[in-house]
Amino acid sequence: MKILVPVKRVIDYNVKPRVKADGTGVDLANVKMSMNPFDEIAVEEAIRLKEKGVATEIVAVSVGPQKAQETLRTALAMGADRAILVQTDDEVEPLAVAKILKTIAAEENPGLVILGKQAIDDDSNQTGQMLAALLGRPQGTFASAVTVEGDSVTVTREVDGGLETVSLAMPAIVTTDLRLNEPRYASLPNIMKAKSKPLATKTPADYGVDTTPRLKTLKVAEPAARSAGIKVADVDALVGKLKELGVA
Amino acid sequence: MKTLVWVEHDNASVKDATLAAVTAASQLGEVHLLVAGSGCASVGAAAAQIAGVAKVHVADDAAYANALAENVAPLVVSLMADHDAFVAPATSNGKNIAPRVAALLDVAQLSDILSVEGPKTFTRPTYAGNAIATVESTDAKLVITVRGTAFAKADASGGSAAVESVSGAGDAGLSRFVGAEIAKSDRPELTSAKVIVSGGRALKDSDTFKATIFPLADKLGAAVGASRAAVDAGYVPNDYQVGQTGKIVAPEVYVAVGISGAIQHLAGMKDSKTIIAINKDEDAPIFQVADIGLVADLFNAVPELTGKL
Ligand SMILES: Cc1cc2nc3c(=O)[nH]c(=O)nc-3n(C[C@H](O)[C@H](O)[C@H](O)COP(=O)(O)OP(=O)(O)OC[C@H]3O[C@@H](n4cnc5c(N)ncnc54)[C@H](O)[C@@H]3O)c2cc1C
Ligand SMILES: Nc1ncnc2c1ncn2[C@@H]1O[C@H](COP(=O)(O)O)[C@@H](O)[C@H]1O
Repeated sequence: MKILVPVKRVIDYNVKPRVKADGTGVDLANVKMSMNPFDEIAVEEAIRLKEKGVATEIVAVSVGPQKAQETLRTALAMGADRAILVQTDDEVEPLAVAKILKTIAAEENPGLVILGKQAIDDDSNQTGQMLAALLGRPQGTFASAVTVEGDSVTVTREVDGGLETVSLAMPAIVTTDLRLNEPRYASLPNIMKAKSKPLATKTPADYGVDTTPRLKTLKVAEPAARSAGIKVADVDALVGKLKELGVA
Repeated sequence: MKTLVWVEHDNASVKDATLAAVTAASQLGEVHLLVAGSGCASVGAAAAQIAGVAKVHVADDAAYANALAENVAPLVVSLMADHDAFVAPATSNGKNIAPRVAALLDVAQLSDILSVEGPKTFTRPTYAGNAIATVESTDAKLVITVRGTAFAKADASGGSAAVESVSGAGDAGLSRFVGAEIAKSDRPELTSAKVIVSGGRALKDSDTFKATIFPLADKLGAAVGASRAAVDAGYVPNDYQVGQTGKIVAPEVYVAVGISGAIQHLAGMKDSKTIIAINKDEDAPIFQVADIGLVADLFNAVPELTGKL
């Protein structure tokens, strides 16, 4: 069984995003970029399935600028077997990414596509569900456990009230939540080896997908700022404040 | 414009998150509701009472019992022939179903909206709430999820909508619900609580978390939340997590105990009315957003505070 893992290059999660002064977006010039944290978890899960003998090949895909190659190399260094860069400098919305992935899935026939549950830049939480819809396949979103048994996969999902378990007919789409696993670091020898693993470069047009945005961004603004308040000296003062607030 | 709102429920009662979605939908036009469930007639009846609702569609079928997206999305799509917008609360079910609907309709989804600015224009948070985007849809139909804390709740009573039963294709045969472990608690629910006490990594372990945070929460009649670090370390279950990838909360008072204030945590609670932080590190980032801060060792301060309330 093959596993397809879409990985997105995003602002590093440790960096505080700054809105551009002209209100057109977030300033990404000279900002550290990394693989979307949920996608690292997706790559890790695919590798573990391969290590268990459930999967035979892992294909990482990224839709993005030329620099997204670095993200794919990271996936290869972690343990993916080959990579596809669908190169474009445009911002591609989840629907168009899902359409590109649909065509790739039709070519590659993966038993599982494992995506992150959300990209930490657009915070959309859409692509996996959209891909599942376009392929007419089931979806196990927000996964905290994934078990393949024959031609079905059991997914434990993190839901509002706790956990839920579903059984899906394969091929299936899974999106990862934070507690699915702890991604490994790529070792130096593996980073070296990754340089010679195959990486194909394509364009959205190769897959016949129009990436024109459907949503027009009119403005991007900082949220209303919260100013730091006061510090109280001791617990008694805090009790007083809670009483003023009417909660004690 | 006619909107169809997906009703979050447990086949017995309407969940609160639906009411905020109704408010958002009512800013777009006529509000219809969809109650898809199994043995859910009482939910349909309750939904018809929600103020401002014109019609309730009830789809009662075993296939809809557990809100499986594979079964619910085609049902929604069939009803969308007659509606201009699909609106769901940004709950785990809403987030699971809505994008599946959007893709089947070939439209882009607007996730987690904070406000309705025009018939096709909305604000929504990006980058963990550090950048608020104003976006306009160019699609013929809209698919939207609504952040519960950003809209007032519609009145659960006072309405008298017509109830109509509808049917869909039922079981798509792709997925099966196996079971759920839903935590039960006597405390207020996190997303609707007036006061929340949250604990972080500093709470050491599950027993210490319970012995320290729970008594304070009980004194304040508060819900209990946690940082991701506290959840990952197993102090409390996953449904306690507040943040970018956990629950979004906006209570009257949020008390952060032993939480550093990472941007991913702030994303889930910085719209709280009053933020109180207890942390032993006076430079902890949480103090940059806290209205009231106490620099102290929580293991002294929290028991003392609980004792004095
Ligand atoms: C993709 C992604 C998504 C994430 N989503 C979330 C999310 O939804 N929610 C979330 O919370 N996090 C999230 N995180 C994690 C986040 O980045 C932080 O790691 C996490 O919030 C830290 O939790 P913490 O504040 O409890 O722990 P720490 O950062 O370790 O802070 C512990 C604090 O306790 C204080 N302390 C220690 N001992 C005491 C004492 N005795 N008395 C008083 N104070 C004490 C310390 O000074 C410190 O400030 C996410 C991360 C990623 C990468
Ligand atoms: N441009 C992209 N390239 C590759 N994968 C992507 C891209 N955009 C989204 N994804 C995948 O879809 C997931 C959810 O993203 P989103 O729907 O944008 O929140 C991510 O975690 C990735 O796995």
